[in-house]
Amino acid sequence: MTRDDLIDFVYDEAATIDQMRWDDWLALFHTDGRYWMPLEWQQDDPILQPSLMYEDRLLLTVRVERLAGERTFSQKPKSRCHHLMERPRVLSVGEDDGVYKLRTSFIYTETRGDLLERYSGWVGHELVEVDGALQIKLKRIDLINFDAPFSNIQLFI
Amino acid sequence: MDRYRGNSQAIADLVKGHAIHRDVYVNEEIFELEMEQLFPNSWIYIGHESQIRNTGDFITSKIGNQPVLASRHRDGQVYVMHNRCPHKGVKIASEPCGNTGKFFRCPYHAWSFKTDGSLLAIPLKKGYEGTGFDTDQAARGLTRIENVKIYRGLIFVRLADEGLSFEEFFGESLSTIDNMADRSPEGELEVISQPIRYMHTCNWKMLVENQTDTCHPMVAHESSAGTAVSVWEREKHNFTKTPMAVQLYAPFMSPYEFYEGAGIRVWPNGHGHTGVSGSIHQDYEDVDGYQDMMVEAYGKDRAAEILGDIRHNTVYFPNIMVKGPVGILRNFIPLGVDKTLVESWVFKLKGAPDKLYERALMYNRFINAPTSIVGHDDLEMYERAQEGLLSNGNEWVNLRRLWEDEEPEDTTEVVNGTSERQMRNQFYAWRKFMVQNMDQTVEAAE
Repeated sequence: MTRDDLIDFVYDEAATIDQMRWDDWLALFHTDGRYWMPLEWQQDDPILQPSLMYEDRLLLTVRVERLAGERTFSQKPKSRCHHLMERPRVLSVGEDDGVYKLRTSFIYTETRGDLLERYSGWVGHELVEVDGALQIKLKRIDLINFDAPFSNIQLFI
Repeated sequence: MDRYRGNSQAIADLVKGHAIHRDVYVNEEIFELEMEQLFPNSWIYIGHESQIRNTGDFITSKIGNQPVLASRHRDGQVYVMHNRCPHKGVKIASEPCGNTGKFFRCPYHAWSFKTDGSLLAIPLKKGYEGTGFDTDQAARGLTRIENVKIYRGLIFVRLADEGLSFEEFFGESLSTIDNMADRSPEGELEVISQPIRYMHTCNWKMLVENQTDTCHPMVAHESSAGTAVSVWEREKHNFTKTPMAVQLYAPFMSPYEFYEGAGIRVWPNGHGHTGVSGSIHQDYEDVDGYQDMMVEAYGKDRAAEILGDIRHNTVYFPNIMVKGPVGILRNFIPLGVDKTLVESWVFKLKGAPDKLYERALMYNRFINAPTSIVGHDDLEMYERAQEGLLSNGNEWVNLRRLWEDEEPEDTTEVVNGTSERQMRNQFYAWRKFMVQNMDQTVEAAE
């Protein structure tokens, strides 16, 4: 994988979410992949410390299927989102462990009805190659205001 | 012209029991009176002792809209005081928690106070000589709050000088806190992590009522818990055991009959709980070693008694919910008539296996976080109610479910688990504590 392949992956993943292509997005996750939004600056433990989200593919599948439901009341009307990303920085091309690491600065916007909220932070990707394609082992969202109270965050940063 | 201030009859008329007037949720004057009357008259939770273990440790909190400060003094005691400098009113402590060392120091003019609130020093003190300052309230330092009770480490405070004692206010309802703490083999709870915080644009009482609302999970949470169940049914052949996540979600889809049978217990002064003879928490997987630890700590019979009492949600009037068997406390903090901050805390059971803490953190994350697919639908309901109640087509909220004529108010009773009795119970207490010690400026109802 070239650096451009890795960088394109991060932008493409964000586009998949913004276009609400949920099944395509789920397919980007490794079977043991995790989506993690820590509750603490530089948190290193997702199990014995609290987080805003720590989900495996099963739980992400539940979220995605719920978004399509007829009785998903918090999605009447539906939310939409937008990722504004700075160019991802490639931190590792996996020479030692086969794990590609990137970190990207972002502003994420989610809107529903007349309300619009923005969130800023950094997303860390750990990617591995499976059958010639990149998959997400870990997507980690570090919000700058991880300790602030939020209203509903319904889609995926 | 104020409609409710000084008019205890007008306030009382808002609560018929089976019907509650919408003004309790949408009227600004009522909200102000809750801040002036209800919260100061009640015993309010401000934090846990384990957050202020060491001398100089402090936490900040609010009672109604009044900022307070709790600190550990060098005599080992916890002191609670108003968080304002007696000089120009500056908040002394500006962070949720910390350690102030040997004294508090106001950043404006460097007035300093011992960690029990008493005045330590004022720079250029000679400017106060012969001025009469010694007779001022300011000379006594940070205003101390006397009515403080620490129960199993939970710190409760009553601002009003007069009122029910802690024991009178809570009575037998303390059994939920006892059960939660007794689930630790050492009988001790610890707060070792920050809470999950969730902003709500709705009145705080809607959140409290929802805690004992057993007819909504199968409806409002169909899209979340129901989807979790259907995804699990489809995928389970890929798993060797039921994941912790599925164990937590699935019981939310329990049918009406389950909740009816599980029962609701009401207590005097507005406290009460769902899950008397069982709850959605009763079928979690056993955690290795825990049973043995509990038997060793308490003996076989007492351990069985503690672990067999699996309550659902206990509402402590006015504004907290304790989920004893999981170790979660939710604090519904009123910010405005239509604005509430929810802080959901997880207690660690001292001496118990980490797996229990892992599960409690997972539960808090799934259900009480702003990212929670269960929380999303609850908040949607509250927001829709906050708007819907502005309609003049019907000014009353209906709480008629399983109403009986001459329903007693301050009593202990177990009822059908789908009753709205506990919600009514909260309003009887609300009515009582709103008007306690209120100045009567209007003599007769208009």
